[in-house]
Amino acid sequence: PEEEAEEEEEEHLFTSVPQFCNSPTMIVMVGLPARGKTYISKKLTRYLNWIGVPTKMFNVGQYRREAVKIYKNFEFFKPDNEEAMRIRKACAAAALKDVTAYFTKEQGQVAVFDATNTTRERRAIIISFAKEKGYKVFFVESICDDPEIIAENIRQVKFGSPDYVDRDIDEAMEDFIQRIDCYRASYMPIDDERDRKLSYIKIFDVGNRYLVNQVQDHIQSRIVYYLMNIHVTPRSIYLSRHGESELNLLGRIGGDSGLSPRGQKYANALATFIKGQNIRDLKVWTSHMKRTIQTAEALGVQYEQWKALNEIDAGVCEEMTYEEIQENYPEEFALRDQDKYRYRYPKGESYEDLVHRLEPVIMELERQENVLVICHQAIMRCLLAYFLDKPADELPYLRCPLHTVLKLTPIAYGCKVESFFLNIEAVNTHRERPVNVDINRNPEEALQTVPDHI
Amino acid sequence: MTNCPTLIVTVGLPARGKTYISKKLTRYLNWIGVPTKEFNVGQYRRECLKIYKSFEFFRPDNEEGLKIRRQCAMAALNDVRQYLSVEGGQVAVFDATNTTRERRGTIIKFAEQNGFKVFFVESVCEDPDVIAQNIVQVKLGSPDYIHCNTEEAIEDFMKRIKCYESSYQPLDEVLDRDLSYIKIMDVGRRYLVNRVLDHIQSRIVYYLMNIHITPRSIYLCRHGESDLNIKGRIGGDSGLSARGTEFAKSLRKFIQDQNIKDLKVWTSQMKRTIQTAECLGVPYEQWKSLNEIDAGVCEEMMYEEIQEHYPLEFALRDQDKYRYRYPKGESYEDLVQRLEPVIMELERQENILVVCHQAVMRCLLAYFLDKTADELPYLKCPLHTVLKLTPMAYGCKVESVYLGVDAVNTHRDRPEVRTLCLPHYIISLTRHFLLTAQRM
Repeated sequence: PEEEAEEEEEEHLFTSVPQFCNSPTMIVMVGLPARGKTYISKKLTRYLNWIGVPTKMFNVGQYRREAVKIYKNFEFFKPDNEEAMRIRKACAAAALKDVTAYFTKEQGQVAVFDATNTTRERRAIIISFAKEKGYKVFFVESICDDPEIIAENIRQVKFGSPDYVDRDIDEAMEDFIQRIDCYRASYMPIDDERDRKLSYIKIFDVGNRYLVNQVQDHIQSRIVYYLMNIHVTPRSIYLSRHGESELNLLGRIGGDSGLSPRGQKYANALATFIKGQNIRDLKVWTSHMKRTIQTAEALGVQYEQWKALNEIDAGVCEEMTYEEIQENYPEEFALRDQDKYRYRYPKGESYEDLVHRLEPVIMELERQENVLVICHQAIMRCLLAYFLDKPADELPYLRCPLHTVLKLTPIAYGCKVESFFLNIEAVNTHRERPVNVDINRNPEEALQTVPDHI
Repeated sequence: MTNCPTLIVTVGLPARGKTYISKKLTRYLNWIGVPTKEFNVGQYRRECLKIYKSFEFFRPDNEEGLKIRRQCAMAALNDVRQYLSVEGGQVAVFDATNTTRERRGTIIKFAEQNGFKVFFVESVCEDPDVIAQNIVQVKLGSPDYIHCNTEEAIEDFMKRIKCYESSYQPLDEVLDRDLSYIKIMDVGRRYLVNRVLDHIQSRIVYYLMNIHITPRSIYLCRHGESDLNIKGRIGGDSGLSARGTEFAKSLRKFIQDQNIKDLKVWTSQMKRTIQTAECLGVPYEQWKSLNEIDAGVCEEMMYEEIQEHYPLEFALRDQDKYRYRYPKGESYEDLVQRLEPVIMELERQENILVVCHQAVMRCLLAYFLDKTADELPYLKCPLHTVLKLTPMAYGCKVESVYLGVDAVNTHRDRPEVRTLCLPHYIISLTRHFLLTAQRM
């Protein structure tokens, strides 16, 4: 019982994020092909995982591709194709089975069920499945009749699909349009009267308008808020750290020092780079710390300061070198190497805390268009992990060197990344996970991966 | 957050919660730091008319009445212009029925002329129970019905609603597709959101979608007295003193006696709140956002020590306690920002007990009781006292229950005489030189 109590206490102490949901939630997409269902599914899954809600996507099209090795043409989707109907129903059932496994065996909290789900019959099956298992259901329906948006969608993601790998563009486009027509006749959108007891959001014309019905709980409210803030307008996000700082040179972490001479050079180089990029209506964000502000000053444009972008608070270890941390807090140092994501510096923060305080920044980044964020190493790792869908154990080891700008451009279902080193030398501040993370390791093993400094 | 000012315009028949929403939204926006003011056209009408006779004033064929009502709306819009263009306001909430397309057209034109963005908030509800409840809660006490008995008042008000019904043109999905609005249906069961233009509108929509009117109570209290409290030291992460533990036990009894349905309990991640909640014997949720204000370099100091080691900082804090940030620490203003998600979730919840800290409790209390930034850091939140907040009509009923366990007083009033009366820029300059000297 003493052990149990200790374990329970540990559990309490490590619950740094309030529990978002009790019963698992199924998010069920609804809509004709090329309405952005998979785009939304992937993005939502990425966001939920980043904020700490274990989420997984189940794309029924994938199951179909596994069942029917070769896609011939749209005829597969004809409503009178009984053989195909059987296969498609079986695929949906297989996906639902995997959803159950995800919830019961893998501690998943949210499953995104990505398929057209365009008939009331299909949705009824899902609802009854969920009811039986005690899962909540939230529908996300995407409605769009703008031919240009649909064509752009097809161009961006359908041509690259395994279904059309050996087709030329015009063939693929024609086939896909006919595929859409197969669904159209039997499409029954969620009905505001008959379905008034269901929980759902209807997204019209890529976010022009929304209808939200019966939001049940916190996680659904967060999902609605997120979906209402994302957009598909082309734009780029530039991420960079401040220029090299005085404390960087000394190998000291944290603090609030100004730029070193090389850091100042970088700020000027950044200004030149940004001008060269010729970006329309660029917004610039910094933290409240001197080194990011000084960097932004060199750009000669307006910038907004966010306290939420301040570097991770290293608590008692602020302004120490790694050698000093090893000397004064060897056990803490080892614990950090054991679980760098969740480890919280005494009187400081953890990466997990960072993600929590960066969530409003991410939400606003989603709303914005072209933005340059001048921030810090740990911060940039968190933001990058969000955009590139990196899991918690990789996040604290992402490489974000000084004097390098990352240009992220959302494309298809992901993000194109271009890295620009602006040719100004700087110290390396990246510390890899050492081999030995045991608290009884000797100092050499702990300091094995510390980068050079003055 | 906003570049051009925003005009929020309510739309809806009487007794649809427009004023409730206006007041609540105004309170929320001011709390998060967006200067907001509401303009209730009914108020203007009451000032103009002095005495309300009956619903006949609102009859659509009452030309004299219509003239007065139009004048009142214009007067209110004038004051809106004054507030947004001259007084530095960022959001104005124009609270009236605005049920005709014509009236809304006038407002849109006015906004265009003045460079204001417009966001409509329409409340649609046909549930007779909700409407009746609404009338009982806020209309019977209205100045309009002071001299009527309950039946008279209800009868007159129902006829008043009827006067608007025939000319009511709700926001139309097609005709109004270029407007920015949210339509709230049946007190939040369903929402239609159209053309959200910017950050502030997005936050307003999120807020409106999270509030509810289900009756419930919010209990706020601090942790039991801590060891550092007894020593007169601020911050830190100490455990409960003997009296603090006694309080926790009394809190348990108090909560049991209150017989609250489905009570949720929240604490911070600091020992003293967790230890307090542990005594309750029920599950609780820990929020890092509920941690006490970080006093930075002054953590675990006594006020005398702060005066000795950081006299300048101490004086600066007294000059502007809300915005002042401890070196390497936080300000009350920072606290409000990190508490915003807590407030949002409190709005979603029903019965809840929040066990927190002095500065945090002041921020939460200021939100519920609509206290200004100036008053916030001086709100009295003594140890061993539970505040029970029950939303009621347009505000919040507050019951303060001292649980009878002695504790030190940790409240420091706003000093009468400021220890330093120098202009702010001289203080900042001095501080700059001191810090530079320190570094050398």
